[in-house]
Amino acid sequence: MASRLLLHLVLLLCCAPLLQGVIVKTKALFAGRVGAPLLQPYRDLARLFRKGFVFSRTTTWVFRAGPVVGLTVPLLAALLIPFGALPAPLSFEGDLILFVYLFALARFFTAAAALDTGSSFEGMGAAREVTFSCLAEPTLLFALIVLAKLSGGLSLNSLLGPHLTTAWRGPYAAALGLILVCLLVVLLVENSRIPFDDPNTHLELTMIHEVMVLDHSGPAFGMILYGAALKLMVLGALVVRLALPWQTGSWFFDALVFVGGQLLLAVLIGVVESIMARLRLVRIPQILIGTTLISIFALVLVLR
Amino acid sequence: MFGLSNLCLLLVILLNFFTLGSSRLVACIRAVALQGALLALLPILLHGFSPHAVLLATIALLLKGIFIPWLLLRAMNEVRIRRDVEPLIGYVPTLILGALITAAAFIFADFLPLQPQHQGGLFIPTALATLSAGFLLLMTRRKAITQVLGYLMLENGIFVFGILLSEAMPLLVEAGVLLDLLVGIFVMGIVMNHINREFSSLNTERLSALKE
Repeated sequence: MASRLLLHLVLLLCCAPLLQGVIVKTKALFAGRVGAPLLQPYRDLARLFRKGFVFSRTTTWVFRAGPVVGLTVPLLAALLIPFGALPAPLSFEGDLILFVYLFALARFFTAAAALDTGSSFEGMGAAREVTFSCLAEPTLLFALIVLAKLSGGLSLNSLLGPHLTTAWRGPYAAALGLILVCLLVVLLVENSRIPFDDPNTHLELTMIHEVMVLDHSGPAFGMILYGAALKLMVLGALVVRLALPWQTGSWFFDALVFVGGQLLLAVLIGVVESIMARLRLVRIPQILIGTTLISIFALVLVLR
Repeated sequence: MFGLSNLCLLLVILLNFFTLGSSRLVACIRAVALQGALLALLPILLHGFSPHAVLLATIALLLKGIFIPWLLLRAMNEVRIRRDVEPLIGYVPTLILGALITAAAFIFADFLPLQPQHQGGLFIPTALATLSAGFLLLMTRRKAITQVLGYLMLENGIFVFGILLSEAMPLLVEAGVLLDLLVGIFVMGIVMNHINREFSSLNTERLSALKE
């Protein structure tokens, strides 16, 4: 039990920034540049954590709680979700609801921290972030309900259990394919990636997630960046497990399949970011409602 | 074989959604063309490489996948209309309506007294859903060209129904249906041209204004 917990945390804490590096590298290669080294995110984090705290005098504890919750929540959520074939250390009936709403909690605190600064731009960013993620939430929940119907259990461990390999060959493969696409869209929205948000933009009028963390600096900003990297990996675990449901039996190869899947996913995100333009803000809700409808449709396919 | 045809039908339903939610005319035309091409695969997937099925598939592919979309794209370039779809009701309500009728098609198909080999398959629900999505497109879009697209989609739905019967139905009847479609599109093309020449726009709302 303790060793499983340790393996889970080591995998998560060590690999998460690497995925960001892979995304940046893929984008650089697409643009014909050499790009930053793969380990650059680790150096950035180390640099930020060496700095001192600077807080505006107008802010309260809410502002400080934002980054802390933003880092803790992905860690907690990671304990609930199996990494590839490695089962989750913490599991109980109905933990999928907790999994979804842990991220809502983090979002609430990030938005509250942004509002606490009193900057109008940050308020605008918070409003957008909350709007988009409340539209992405039904998609995620319906996808999880489809998985729950297929597995017959209500914990993430049984949802993403070994039955997935047979399910892909069965009559419900179509529904699985649909929710895989939906979850990929949710992953891009939740991690503020192109085509929904640009993590590199620094124009206040167009940023969504980035604008909310403008006032954080030093270790607080480092915690936000690290939390974002962890979140990408935790939500990515859902997609990777669904796409590569192999069970090897040995924990080492299981971990290898999982990390390999995560790296592939990072490359895929990099490719998507390189070949797609950002969507207009008004189109994003339409796309998200579309994915919700597709996941409902997948549910209809499974239920009939 | 059965898995592949189900995949085809699923893609057809997804293309229904895409066409209902897309705001760009060219993308809509391409989606309907792709839908026609996918449906042209179905007779071969379902009945194997019999001469009847191959002939039907080739005619359907040439007409619905290539010729009619090319005609529509050409018409669009010639009359130089705006590339937006201009719906009467917004995209999101249309999408939700589309999802509702798709769900309704799935439920309704379970109540139909069907042959046992068609029971529980995706064919009947897809046919019903595509038919009603075509109707929805006909009703909610303003331009004559999108109404042609709705008509095409309607015909695609009928085609799915027809495939189930294609053992019983002689080739001549299907060829007749496809010919009807072609003539229909031609007539619509001529009508569109006339509307455009008269009003210098393809907005069908101008036609009802004539009555006053």
